[in-house]
Amino acid sequence: MKETYYNREDLGKFGEITKFQKELGDKFFDYYASVFKEGALTKREKILIALGVAHAIQCPYCIDSCTSDSLKQGCDEEEMMEAIHVAGAIRGGATLIHGVQMMNQVKDKLM
Amino acid sequence: MQSLLKQHHKLSNTEVHLSILSDYAAIGIPDFKEKLAEASLFPLKPTHLDILQVNMGKMCNQVCKHCHVDAGPDRKEIMTRETMEHCLRTLEKSDIQTVDLTGGAPEMNPDFRWFVERISELNRQIIVRCNLTIIVSNPKYHDLPEFYKEHKINIVSSLPHFTSNRTDAQRGEGVFDKSMRALKMLNEIGYGRDSDLKLDLVYNPTGAILPGDQVSLENEFKRRLWDRHNIAFNNLFTITNLPINRFLDYLLVSGNFESYMNELANAYNPVAAQGVMCRNTISVGWDGFLYDCDFNQMLDMKLEADKPHIADFDTKQLSKREIKVNNHCYGCTAGAGSSCGGATT
Repeated sequence: MKETYYNREDLGKFGEITKFQKELGDKFFDYYASVFKEGALTKREKILIALGVAHAIQCPYCIDSCTSDSLKQGCDEEEMMEAIHVAGAIRGGATLIHGVQMMNQVKDKLM
Repeated sequence: MQSLLKQHHKLSNTEVHLSILSDYAAIGIPDFKEKLAEASLFPLKPTHLDILQVNMGKMCNQVCKHCHVDAGPDRKEIMTRETMEHCLRTLEKSDIQTVDLTGGAPEMNPDFRWFVERISELNRQIIVRCNLTIIVSNPKYHDLPEFYKEHKINIVSSLPHFTSNRTDAQRGEGVFDKSMRALKMLNEIGYGRDSDLKLDLVYNPTGAILPGDQVSLENEFKRRLWDRHNIAFNNLFTITNLPINRFLDYLLVSGNFESYMNELANAYNPVAAQGVMCRNTISVGWDGFLYDCDFNQMLDMKLEADKPHIADFDTKQLSKREIKVNNHCYGCTAGAGSSCGGATT
């Protein structure tokens, strides 16, 4: 197998993080499971948020996992791509809003 | 698209099927029998026999890409009236309350209506697994909704998605639009609206994925079908695709077989294993042979009996049998479980 930093098989080993720190690992997975339960938001809404976040943080494991879970929840391609556009819009906005900081600095520095 | 049988495909040989499915070590999963044994469920035994599921033939007007029956217009195997008479005699001498008619498209059997009328006279609940498009496929089937209504048939129909592209990708070009027309015809005469006219939909994933939460999907289907098409229905049943016939072919060709089988095995749920449908159902093949379930039927795994045929149906003997299992059974025990009536937990 070609050696890479990310291996698809490692996603299936996620649960093994508890081997080095059981208490915190167990607490994380309990919390994770609770977060994705049906609540004020539906499971479907939550997984679409997760899909957008997965792209924003550019985690390949999260992208695979959230894509699969989105399909399981019956999401269609259009909804999934819109979720990614939301992430893209916020990331783009976060970059551009710093343009104001740049502009303020320019004002301070120039005559 | 032709059936695998018509193509002389290697998977039209059940021995090839079983050799692929039985090799759990090569797939990288535990033997299903061991998983049952861990939960003290091996050998798997029947509970009470509630349902007689009758496969009326492999002939169908559709050729769905995931079909575990390998049904289609080129399949000519259909149940004879003589075999149906054996089914009726079995019902008369048993307390089986539900008859589940499936296929292919069961309505394409020329004796379908005769059989339904006879079962109706015996006051049994009748389920018809209607593919919807049959209703609009030919004028001779246009009155099916009225016929279903007359006999208070519970209609169970596959609709893998509320979008046309996802549905057509699995069931064929134009199937979604025809299904919407058929559902509207059923709604117009009261199906999905009146309490005694149940119209249930079946969701099978349209790829190498497991179904999601049944309640959540049902809510989404109800919202989408009502908002976009003014269509109502009762329940949505989520059914896991089992690696048999065309779905197995898809898994092998797409390179998803091992990962899908591992996903099924990793999602093994012992609670779902307790409630598998083969414990309260017997499946009758188009030629009258008996099986523990419709999936075993497609793998030609006849049930354990001296004479596993409807003509020799012996309720007492069958209640003591060991149910035959193989690694395809992981499909019914994954996650929330899967049966012809949807999730089992």
